[in-house]
Amino acid sequence: MINCILAGVGGQGTVLASKLIAQTAMEQGHTAHTAETIGMAQRGGSVVSHVRIGQGAYSPLIPKGSAQILIAFEPAEAVRTLPYLAPDGVMVVAQKAVKPVTAALSGSNYDGAEMLRFLREDGRRLILVDGEAILRQCGSSKALNVALLGAAAASGVLGFSVADVEKAIRARIPQKYLDINLQALSLGAAAGGQNK
Amino acid sequence: MAKTLWMGNELIALGAIRAGVNLVSGYPGTPSTEILETVARHNPGDIYVEWSTNEKSALEVAAGGAYTGARTMVTMKQVGLNVASDPLMSLAYIGVKGGMVVMVADDPGPISSQTEQDTRRFAAFAKLPVFDPSSPEEAYAMIGDAFDYSEKYGTPVLFRPTTRVCHGCASVELDENRKKIAPDGFVKDSRWVIFPRLTYQNHIKVEERNPRLGEDFSSYGGNRLTGSGKKGVACGGVSYSYAMESLDGKDGFKLLKVGTPHPFPEKLALEFLSGLDTVLCVEELDPVIEDALTMIAGKYHLPVDILGKRTGHIQPAGENTVESVRAAAFRFLNIPLPQSPAAKEAPALPVRPPVLCAGCPHRGSFYAVKQAMKGKKAVFSGDIGCYTLGNAAPLDMVDTCLCMGAGVTVAQGLHRMEPDAVNFAFIGDSTFFHTGIPGVINAVYNETDIVLIVLDNATTAMTGHQPHPGTGKTMMGEISEKISIPAVLTALGVKTVLEADPLDLPAAIGAVTAAAAQKGVSAVVFRSPCIAIAKPKAALAVDSAQCVGCKKCVRELGCPAIVMENGKAAIEPSLCYGCGLCAGVCPTGAIQGGKTHD
Repeated sequence: MINCILAGVGGQGTVLASKLIAQTAMEQGHTAHTAETIGMAQRGGSVVSHVRIGQGAYSPLIPKGSAQILIAFEPAEAVRTLPYLAPDGVMVVAQKAVKPVTAALSGSNYDGAEMLRFLREDGRRLILVDGEAILRQCGSSKALNVALLGAAAASGVLGFSVADVEKAIRARIPQKYLDINLQALSLGAAAGGQNK
Repeated sequence: MAKTLWMGNELIALGAIRAGVNLVSGYPGTPSTEILETVARHNPGDIYVEWSTNEKSALEVAAGGAYTGARTMVTMKQVGLNVASDPLMSLAYIGVKGGMVVMVADDPGPISSQTEQDTRRFAAFAKLPVFDPSSPEEAYAMIGDAFDYSEKYGTPVLFRPTTRVCHGCASVELDENRKKIAPDGFVKDSRWVIFPRLTYQNHIKVEERNPRLGEDFSSYGGNRLTGSGKKGVACGGVSYSYAMESLDGKDGFKLLKVGTPHPFPEKLALEFLSGLDTVLCVEELDPVIEDALTMIAGKYHLPVDILGKRTGHIQPAGENTVESVRAAAFRFLNIPLPQSPAAKEAPALPVRPPVLCAGCPHRGSFYAVKQAMKGKKAVFSGDIGCYTLGNAAPLDMVDTCLCMGAGVTVAQGLHRMEPDAVNFAFIGDSTFFHTGIPGVINAVYNETDIVLIVLDNATTAMTGHQPHPGTGKTMMGEISEKISIPAVLTALGVKTVLEADPLDLPAAIGAVTAAAAQKGVSAVVFRSPCIAIAKPKAALAVDSAQCVGCKKCVRELGCPAIVMENGKAAIEPSLCYGCGLCAGVCPTGAIQGGKTHD
């Protein structure tokens, strides 16, 4: 069984990413379970998606310490969700910090650097994704989820390839947004591959 | 057909369609909303689906449908059942002809609710059967059983999934065979008219029926007894899935899964309890299984200790987790808990309370009222919806929030005891139609001074943009005549009804000031669509040469799109919807229309 946990801030597209992972796995003949954050927390709060691939999953939520891969859309959310990662798990983390509104108000200068340092010192395999650069290249601000998915698939931990994800995307993303998403996928995959 | 990934709520809907449901009504509420939406989306064409104005209306529509012999379902969240409890309590005596499922989603945590109430308890209170699925897969099968039992016993039945079942997704192969239900129509009969004498007679029947139903449930597949030993674990709902995650493959104990907590499957429970020394009950919300087993142990003089919430072995409030259930079960069964390596201490994490979206028109409404009331004694009663988020700093504009529609009436009680304060009541458009109107009538008739602020964003935003009577669309996809909130208020006798655009700050402040100067009930209807259903305007940008870094925009608006960079304000273009509110607040005119949104 492969457990994959996704963490981000409401509005970043974690739900679509977890759906794509589950659907890609199912197209490879596996069973899949997911659990999402829906409701008030979607308005800018911390959101977590649990994806469980394969037989033997009873709980919709991944037990702590048993996720093979953590896909974080933001450094602090990676740290927040780290207790779910298995001792030999892999982290795929978007570098850019998302500042909460409260940070600007309270004058706290959270910028993610301290979180990235903590993740680097953790010792487990860390794949950092420069999401900003990828989004600039794609010319879209909305494709971070697919870019991270590319990096995660390229890491080899998900049990399926980047080409498998591409197939799932082609089947589900409207034509209008397809090129942007495929470009984000391959740029993300390149980032994931380099960190192998 | 191949397996597809479905959300628990979608599976409940698809299971109801498979069971031949003819009519589905409901009111949106997390975590139940997607059920009705899925029925509408997968409607084979002959199912009547409606979002009703509130849960009471929805339940009564479904009851009327079931009087004809049709299969009906009504959907709501747990607090919605409080609104619908009046018809439900009476319907429990009257009964139904066609199968009727009252689908009530509970929210342990709570994650998105005002209460942690337990619908299983409500079922016992109303003396009605209740089904409690443990997974999305089980929910798909169980919803059909719920209709069958409802018809077999001529009673409405409750079906109560919890958030993790509703919003969990599973790969399931659907059964394409759909039951055909042909209702034979409403037959006039005194059985449909509740009178004290009929209530008494039917009460006897219900009390006689429930033990029989419990006996029937003892052989129902949703209730299961496995294993052997002197110790037993009893669980229901998603806690069963957590227990299985931890205990699958382990033996030396009995495991009871309860899928119908009321009427309790007593015969099966007795079989479970016989020969046991101790039992651990694992469940969320109330100790329902625990109390039922304690009662049965007492009734049959069984020498067994029942542990659970009442003995401090399971947490009394909040959600169970795999970890909490594993820890409790392992301790109970004397299984050593694997030690996880001590984690390094993480740096302090930023807190992310939910906030009003960037561009949300409610921000403008709250800000306008705040500006208009500067230096005056005013109390702001809020209500349920996205706009409850107006409580957060820096707006800080929600002084009370209780339940749907309560803002209008709580404001009246506050004002009667403290008449020197200006009492505002904020209410959203969908909440206005839900339970706001009787409160307005109450204030008009009793001549209580309140200022009603209707936040009309043309949708039911918090639950995912459902139509309501003000939107002009129905769930059957038909165009209906919009019900105008200002016209309703005028018809109710509200003398001052002003309309304003909340994003036009001077006009908005002017309207509030004018309304607050009136005696009796006055109202401002702020109209601006939710950003999720409106096309974004061009994003704004800060001219850093003009920005003096005073932080007024940040300090007063709390918009997620505005951040401070190197001592100057900056606008994140991917978040900005171009509402323009910040441009009106900036004292140096540094914020201007920016590039076109992508």
